[in-house]
Amino acid sequence: MELFVQLMINGLIVGSLYGVVAMCFVLVYKSTQVVNFAQGEFLLVGAWTCLSLLTYFELPFWLGFLVTLAFMTVFGILLQALVLRPLIGESAISVVMVTVGLAIFFQAALNMIFGSFAKPFPQVFSQETIEIFGLQIETAYLMSIVPSIIIMVAFYIFFKRSRWGLAMRATAYDQQVAQSLGISVKNVFAMAWAISAVVSGVAGIVLGMVNTVSNGLAFIGIKVFPATIVGGLDSIVGAVIGGLIIGVLENMAEFVDGQFLHFGNLYAIAPFYILIIFLMVKPYGLFGTKDIERL
Amino acid sequence: MITNTNRSPEVEYVLTSENVSLRFGGIKALTDVSFRVRRGETFSIIGMNGAGKTSMLNCISGRYKPQEGEIIYLGKSLKGKSINSRAQLGIGRTFQNLALFGHMSVLDNIMVGRHHMLKNNFLTGSLYWFGARQEELRHRAKVEDIIDFLELQQVRHAQAGTLSYGLRKRVELARAIAIEPELILLDEPMAGMNLEEKEDMARYINDLNAELGMTVIMIEHDMGVVMDISDHVVVLDFGCKIAEGSPAEVMDDDKVKDAYLGKAENIA
Repeated sequence: MELFVQLMINGLIVGSLYGVVAMCFVLVYKSTQVVNFAQGEFLLVGAWTCLSLLTYFELPFWLGFLVTLAFMTVFGILLQALVLRPLIGESAISVVMVTVGLAIFFQAALNMIFGSFAKPFPQVFSQETIEIFGLQIETAYLMSIVPSIIIMVAFYIFFKRSRWGLAMRATAYDQQVAQSLGISVKNVFAMAWAISAVVSGVAGIVLGMVNTVSNGLAFIGIKVFPATIVGGLDSIVGAVIGGLIIGVLENMAEFVDGQFLHFGNLYAIAPFYILIIFLMVKPYGLFGTKDIERL
Repeated sequence: MITNTNRSPEVEYVLTSENVSLRFGGIKALTDVSFRVRRGETFSIIGMNGAGKTSMLNCISGRYKPQEGEIIYLGKSLKGKSINSRAQLGIGRTFQNLALFGHMSVLDNIMVGRHHMLKNNFLTGSLYWFGARQEELRHRAKVEDIIDFLELQQVRHAQAGTLSYGLRKRVELARAIAIEPELILLDEPMAGMNLEEKEDMARYINDLNAELGMTVIMIEHDMGVVMDISDHVVVLDFGCKIAEGSPAEVMDDDKVKDAYLGKAENIA
């Protein structure tokens, strides 16, 4: 029973991180109609940047963290301006293929720069784990809830209440019309990629602190895909809930597998079963927009 | 009250098209088209299907770039200006095929038009800091004025995609007005409407001129409406201007009769 609760809580915490990354996915999709398969590599870039600032330049954690955020902003804007802006107007599939290419490129480049061995973060918190009601929880995970919630609330307000969010939704719906209303589509796109890169960077740092940093971290980008499909590809709220569902489900799968089934890797593939089931039964996800029009 | 941000010194002509030619490969969409649009008038472009009317509008709004000739807006050439910067200069437009943001409410659709007047930057604006809220409220008040003007109170919170065709056209007009244009381009504002809806729309277009002081360039197929509300009419045929003048003058023109109205008489 204790194991079950432990896994459940782990699931919720990891799930909230999935939710955060899924929101980035949704953000880019919503405003630019591009499914970014290099999302996981954004985490990796963030994690490696922060790690090298802390170890190589020996910055204190908070400073390294802030510098990483600034770097990720520039990274997102440059990526959009240099690689994706020339592709505006191309078909969605070509742009998606470019993001796949970017993923491969970043994997290889980071491998070349940092090597293929996993490197641990220097200890940031004085206690590695905290005991709550007899359960051991990683401090970094627990602390990650704070930025996760802040990011989620900020996203919600941004899209629902602010006119920048409105401009982004308008651009997502019809670029031509948005432009004719005075919205600079280029700026909106750059903003979407920058936000996505920054937030992914935060998630990458947290996951890197718990798990060590290695290329395997980028796999989160693939795992987050089921989360966005479950939630609905264009729903911010859906992304969070999808993330939580996938996080919990993963850990439940581990529990069931470890206790009863003994397959050995149900943990890793369970999210993709859910992905397939959802695509068959509810392709727009729980909160996705269905295309309805009255004629 | 909806006000028109006067962006210009008093010039007589808001827009001048000087020998504009537009080609798509070997196809000539527009050949040497010139006209002048006087401030505060309703200016109509008519012609058969494929005559180049929408192409002309797209050259003004910046979607197409003419190979030759120039379009002068408030005394300055529009050459090299992006679509969004033209909108910011005060050129608003509606589209031939409905182009509302279907998933958004009517209110949000109109609010999008206010975006370019945003003073707060992305960070303060997105998180509601430092007066961003007050600014938002000020724009909301403007939007309410537009809603009153076009009598959209009933559907304020409705999802735009679920409205009737005539109402959607009206919401689109509201959104174009929201950018406070000096010049508004209407691409078939009455297509697909019933008689009552057309009468309403004609009244609104008149009010754009009279109450809001906007200059209107309109494309419309309904000759009755065009003749009723236009101050000046240009006729295009296969991309060339064949006639120009007051509605009565154009109606009387032999070339126009041959190209266009000769057939229309029988139908009417």
